[in-house]
Amino acid sequence: MAYLELENVAKGFGANGARAEVLRDINFSVKKGEFVAIVGFSGAGKTTLISLISGLLKPDAGTLTLNDLEITQPGPDRGIVFQNYSLLPWLSAFENIFLAVEQCFPNWSAVKKIAHTEKFIAMVNLTSARNKRPHELSGGMRQRVSVARALAMDPQILLLDEPLSALDALTRATLQDEISRIWQENQKTVVMITNDPDEGIYLADRIIPLSAGPGSTLGPSITVDLPRPRDRKALNHEPRFKEIRRQIIEFLLNSKGQRHMAISKKLILPDIEPEDLNLPRHVRNRRARVRRSEIRRETVEVDS
Amino acid sequence: MKFSKFKLDWLILPLIGFVVAIAMWHIVSQTVSKELPSPGKTWAESKEYILKPFEKRGEMDQGILRFTWYSLILVAKGYTLALLIGTPIGFMLGLSKMFTKAFDPIIQILRPVSPLAWLPLGLVLFLGAGKQASDLGALFTISICAMWPTVLNTAVGVRAIPQDYLNIAKVLKLSRAKTLFKVLIPATLPYMFTGFRLSLGIAWLVIVAAEMLTGRPGVGGFLWQEYNALNYSHIILCILTIGIVGFILDRLMSVVQHRFKTA
Repeated sequence: MAYLELENVAKGFGANGARAEVLRDINFSVKKGEFVAIVGFSGAGKTTLISLISGLLKPDAGTLTLNDLEITQPGPDRGIVFQNYSLLPWLSAFENIFLAVEQCFPNWSAVKKIAHTEKFIAMVNLTSARNKRPHELSGGMRQRVSVARALAMDPQILLLDEPLSALDALTRATLQDEISRIWQENQKTVVMITNDPDEGIYLADRIIPLSAGPGSTLGPSITVDLPRPRDRKALNHEPRFKEIRRQIIEFLLNSKGQRHMAISKKLILPDIEPEDLNLPRHVRNRRARVRRSEIRRETVEVDS
Repeated sequence: MKFSKFKLDWLILPLIGFVVAIAMWHIVSQTVSKELPSPGKTWAESKEYILKPFEKRGEMDQGILRFTWYSLILVAKGYTLALLIGTPIGFMLGLSKMFTKAFDPIIQILRPVSPLAWLPLGLVLFLGAGKQASDLGALFTISICAMWPTVLNTAVGVRAIPQDYLNIAKVLKLSRAKTLFKVLIPATLPYMFTGFRLSLGIAWLVIVAAEMLTGRPGVGGFLWQEYNALNYSHIILCILTIGIVGFILDRLMSVVQHRFKTA
């Protein structure tokens, strides 16, 4: 039973002349309560994919449905955690989350809204920093506020757009553990985008590689059948972990090797006629027949 | 060592600057232009206005701070008006491409017009107001001249709002009013205050011109009257007053601006 479903989704940017296709033939579905990680190179269109699911972008082709309803615009039923936190800098951690709570549950009493906000601040261990503004918080703390905000909206699905890629390795590991714990407590449906295969394997039920762009598409999905809770240290020696990791990296590297870039460009070939300077001036200056520049479309294939 | 360096930067160097300027002034008054009152003469003739700054001896013979006060009140009114009109226009310019295309050309044409050119129009506009005409005309001139930095800076600020903040507003489905008050205005505040600060500077410039032309009591009016009365030292007194007040206003705005710095 598919909860989130993408069918033949494609998206490109740019006007007709220099259009670059970013994503093509994206098909995948996520079951309710499932944690899916999508792994790909930077620039492969991962953020585009998550923007499509969140509704911030509209697909050029194909359909996206969540719970049998087509996704046409952004909404609080899809909680999103952005790579760059996207907190409002003039609001404190509490106020950032409270704004979302206020917006999602307008009918609640003020006391209930505040209690709800406090609950999620506590969930990400930020109670002591609740009144700090984002610029007073470390990167990891900001991202926790962002996660708490997304969860406090009680969304049907949680979208994580490279949530940890801006953090240092240690903070990253701590937050991975925290995301894992929070997911187990909430059992939300999660789609996470990441550029780190290990992170995907550690957290997700299923991991799908995204081929290198342009014109990226999803590879075969690999079920991560490792028992939970997963132990980071033990995982490194697990043969199954190594096997999944090998498959993903192989797919990603192969997709990059085969990558052909097609550059399509409109070229204007100006019509230039050489002038014979040996001719006398009056002959030279005579008006020549007007000719047109030629316009051609060239497509060049490049390996990169 | 550190303390003396601090004193040098803050006290001694600026003092040297003032001493040099006053010396030059003295030399010019003794050599090139004999009509220019020397610093000593200026002080002797202005003493009464400075030492009794709030005294009122007649309509055009009052202490210098009293005159400054009159000018400041008018500036405050005109400036407030400029902000009240300019900020919404700036927001609309920043938010709507259509509005920009429609009104940007006319704004660009009106912007460089000098206050001296606006004032007669202001007087004509309020001709029916009788005695109030000169005040209203001056008010009009201050507002229309001081408005532009606020308009343009607000527009730039609105256009510079990071897409992230707008995405948040979209994901949370904030209503238009809520987006404006929770996202757009806070995100634009630093730019708006830069505009406000520039606008205040212009408003203070314009007041002097407006008073000179209308002859209403104030620093500018006093300056022009004393020029006609051949009391040249009072001209210098007025210039210094205008400069100092302008400087203080700018400092005050800079403090306010830093207070409202977000992010």
